Amino acid sequence: MTVGLPQVAAGHGFTAGEYARVLDLIGREPNLTELGIFSAMWNEHCSYKSSRRWLKTLASNQPWVICGPGENAGVVDIGGGLAAVFKMESHNHPSFIEPHQGAATGVGGIMRDVFTMGARPVANLDVLRFGSPRHPRTRHLVSGVVSGIGGYGNCTGVPTVGGQTTFHASCNGNNLVNAMCVGIAPADRIFYAAASVPGAPVIYVGARTGRDGIHGASMASAGFAADTEDKRPTVQVGDPFTEKLLLEACLELMATDSIIAIQDMGAAGLTCSSVEMAAKGGTGIDLDLDAVPRRETGMTAYELMLSESQERMLMVIRPGAEARTRAIFDRWELDCAVVGSITTTGRLVVRMNGRVEADLAIGPLADEAPVYDRPWTLPPGRAGIGHPEAPVTTGEALLALAGSPDLASRRWIWEQYDHLVRGRTVERPGGDAAVVAVDGRRGLAMTADCTPRYCEADPVEGGRQAMAEAWRNLVAAGARPLAVTDCLNFGNPESPAVMGTFVGSVKGIAEASRVLAMPVVSGNVSFYNETDGRAVQPAPTIGAIGLVDDLDRRAVVGFGGSGQTIAVLGATRGHLGSSLWLREVAGREDGPPPPVDLDMERRTGELVLRLVGEHGLASCHDVSDGGLLVALAEMALASGTGFTVNRPERGMPPQAFWFGEDQGRYVIAFDGAADAFGEAARDAGVPFALLGRTGGRMLTVDGDRPISLDELRTVHERWLPDLMAGTGEIG
Amino acid sequence: MKAALVMFPGTNREDDMRGALEGAGATVVDVWHRDSEIPSCDLVVLPGGFSYGDYLRCGAMAARSPVVRSVVEAARSGRPVLGVCNGFQILIETGLLPGALLRNAGLAFVCREVSLRLERRCPPLTGHLAKGDVIRVPVAHGEGNYFADADTLARLEDGDRIAFRYVRGADGRGNPNGSTDDIAGIVNPAGNVLGMMPHPEDATGPRHMSSDAAPLFRGLVESLG
Repeated sequence: MTVGLPQVAAGHGFTAGEYARVLDLIGREPNLTELGIFSAMWNEHCSYKSSRRWLKTLASNQPWVICGPGENAGVVDIGGGLAAVFKMESHNHPSFIEPHQGAATGVGGIMRDVFTMGARPVANLDVLRFGSPRHPRTRHLVSGVVSGIGGYGNCTGVPTVGGQTTFHASCNGNNLVNAMCVGIAPADRIFYAAASVPGAPVIYVGARTGRDGIHGASMASAGFAADTEDKRPTVQVGDPFTEKLLLEACLELMATDSIIAIQDMGAAGLTCSSVEMAAKGGTGIDLDLDAVPRRETGMTAYELMLSESQERMLMVIRPGAEARTRAIFDRWELDCAVVGSITTTGRLVVRMNGRVEADLAIGPLADEAPVYDRPWTLPPGRAGIGHPEAPVTTGEALLALAGSPDLASRRWIWEQYDHLVRGRTVERPGGDAAVVAVDGRRGLAMTADCTPRYCEADPVEGGRQAMAEAWRNLVAAGARPLAVTDCLNFGNPESPAVMGTFVGSVKGIAEASRVLAMPVVSGNVSFYNETDGRAVQPAPTIGAIGLVDDLDRRAVVGFGGSGQTIAVLGATRGHLGSSLWLREVAGREDGPPPPVDLDMERRTGELVLRLVGEHGLASCHDVSDGGLLVALAEMALASGTGFTVNRPERGMPPQAFWFGEDQGRYVIAFDGAADAFGEAARDAGVPFALLGRTGGRMLTVDGDRPISLDELRTVHERWLPDLMAGTGEIG
Repeated sequence: MKAALVMFPGTNREDDMRGALEGAGATVVDVWHRDSEIPSCDLVVLPGGFSYGDYLRCGAMAARSPVVRSVVEAARSGRPVLGVCNGFQILIETGLLPGALLRNAGLAFVCREVSLRLERRCPPLTGHLAKGDVIRVPVAHGEGNYFADADTLARLEDGDRIAFRYVRGADGRGNPNGSTDDIAGIVNPAGNVLGMMPHPEDATGPRHMSSDAAPLFRGLVESLG
């Protein structure tokens, strides 16, 4: 069957130029299956054709990196013979169309990326960005996404320990769901995708193939319009129980030295996994589709090659290991079938019912996807806004912020996640970084961060800031930052303005990655997050991990009791542009974001780590959204201890001092005199200012009328449950 | 002391339970759902998770697996049996314990710290905990809302078979799932089969949210030698 019709190609997302290139590469017209395979490999989601040029500028070359971008996940050495394997990936489009399944399969996919490399997943994090709380669809999406994430992680026995949730009207038509998984593996037993041994059998394991998710990756490579609802059939359905079995079976087989190469069947399923394994191994692959386990009858080669049915893996095993492999998968009651073999032809040859259904050279599919250098423009710099008048008192502003959509408690979300399973969660959700025990006294800290409103105002500064905040969150927990994964969410890259936000963010991330020595070891790009031409605020989300050398010497957000001294490290300049105070209290979203001084970030972070490691600092919180007073309030809420603080410089208006979002700052609290801490800060060249003392059940600021901690807690805890119950003021 | 840890496809809190048992000095033997017999042991433990995906009804399929027949025999012969979370659901499905565990009153999975009061000692299963002790432990379940009809509840009360209750605070909160009479754990008439929703195994050490349940495991291991 030869089609070759331009409209069929266009229906598969090809531009005229791209289709001409296909014809040129294969020297004939493709059949429908071949066209589908090209489409799957060359769409934006799989080929990174708009972003590849810029992703190359990200640094991943630190000595502790075992594997950088390009494999299923990044791998870093954490000492003790162990490696951390981690990645974050978007599942935005499916989660908007069908929030429960979309989010669930996002979690499933990222977990497979991690255990494919030989690691046992030890923690999940999820970054969720929803539309305005007032938008009629928001509650439905929040409810579905949260239950999807919980349902999947809880059943597979991987704790969901952290993340970030924000609300903004720019997400009304496209919510963002970014799932991150962190695993631990023996450092000398990492599994890769390169199928380098001709003659070795190709094994299909896991769930059977159905017609679900065909063209899921193509869907994620286009914006939404009025027909969004029609795309529901392209969303896959997750089965966490099968995933749990697949996880255990794969790890059991990995312990036997049987596997040459392994790749999960994620986006574009069998096509992407088989082509990537052969491409990386410099080999070819023959597939016999008659042997593929399936749950529906009458499936065509086209459907089998493009299905995105979940919980499936493709492996190349050592010749002779078939019986052992089959025994392990039998024990876990999973399908296991030999579906092909590795060849020396350099071609993907697909057979079914005695016919060749596709015969394509691997090289063009994997490596000759078009690469675009799309035009881009940075947004014009925003004018400074100085110190706008405060419409309400400091206390009123604090209460408004504590109960605002982006700062209110996320308990309603994380209590639906089993954040404790495996018994190793040392720092639970709600702090700066989650901490999971690894071995002996060591722990792995992890966080996921981005401030989209900063990225919209100034993408370069926003990229730097996302990295800096991830760094600070790890440091504040007493963890040495190790590496990051990035999940870059933007609108349509064919728009120069959108492309500019992407390019700018990557520039900022690249610079921060070098200065902070936090290599980018894995990541994902999600474009086309827009509806009817309206893009989401740019969201280059950074997932970061760090190492706690001694779990008995780390810091937490809460104060350590009454009578402690409170101080702030880092300079307070009162920057209110693009701040939450400006948005939530003054009702404006203008002004530039706070500048990030990366050298100063590094110096301040290293000082904090010394204070935790050598001076016994145990209460520390980074200052971010909402500024200094929100950070102090969060420390009070976490410990149930109030405080009395005064701004040291009466020259700066209170709203600027208390709610400015200047970067590079940490609030610390400690017993005894401030001399040692102040001296250490002076020696490090880091500004240090005393703010006051902890104690009581009230928050007293600048001698104003005190705020009761109970009142603060009520507004902080109430907002999200009220939103979800459809009661109360939703802000 | 040797404990048999019974695992099904979908069990996921076996490492937590193994850690608590071994930390208290027990030797743990893994038992797979397809095994037709449990090995000789002093204690049988059914840990938490989603056996068989919790499809059909939580614990329903596990209760009909080959190994559980042998667990039921062991229980009837007086061997101590502890079922936690999904393990409790399985014990109910076998009929060893009465009642039902319904979907949480809030209709959502709930993972949080709760206060639990020991209402009666069930030696050796409650270890060194004393009647009236209140311990902080986590819950993590979607279907832990204990329900029984009035006759069953009366039998449980009269037989002093309610082992653990959730403790409510001054604000009336503290029951995480809507369980009748705040019931968190019950025992069989002979007192050798204990089922409970909360996870004492995740409250046994300095890295956990509390170590309040450590005396349970310590005492359990000591008394079974």
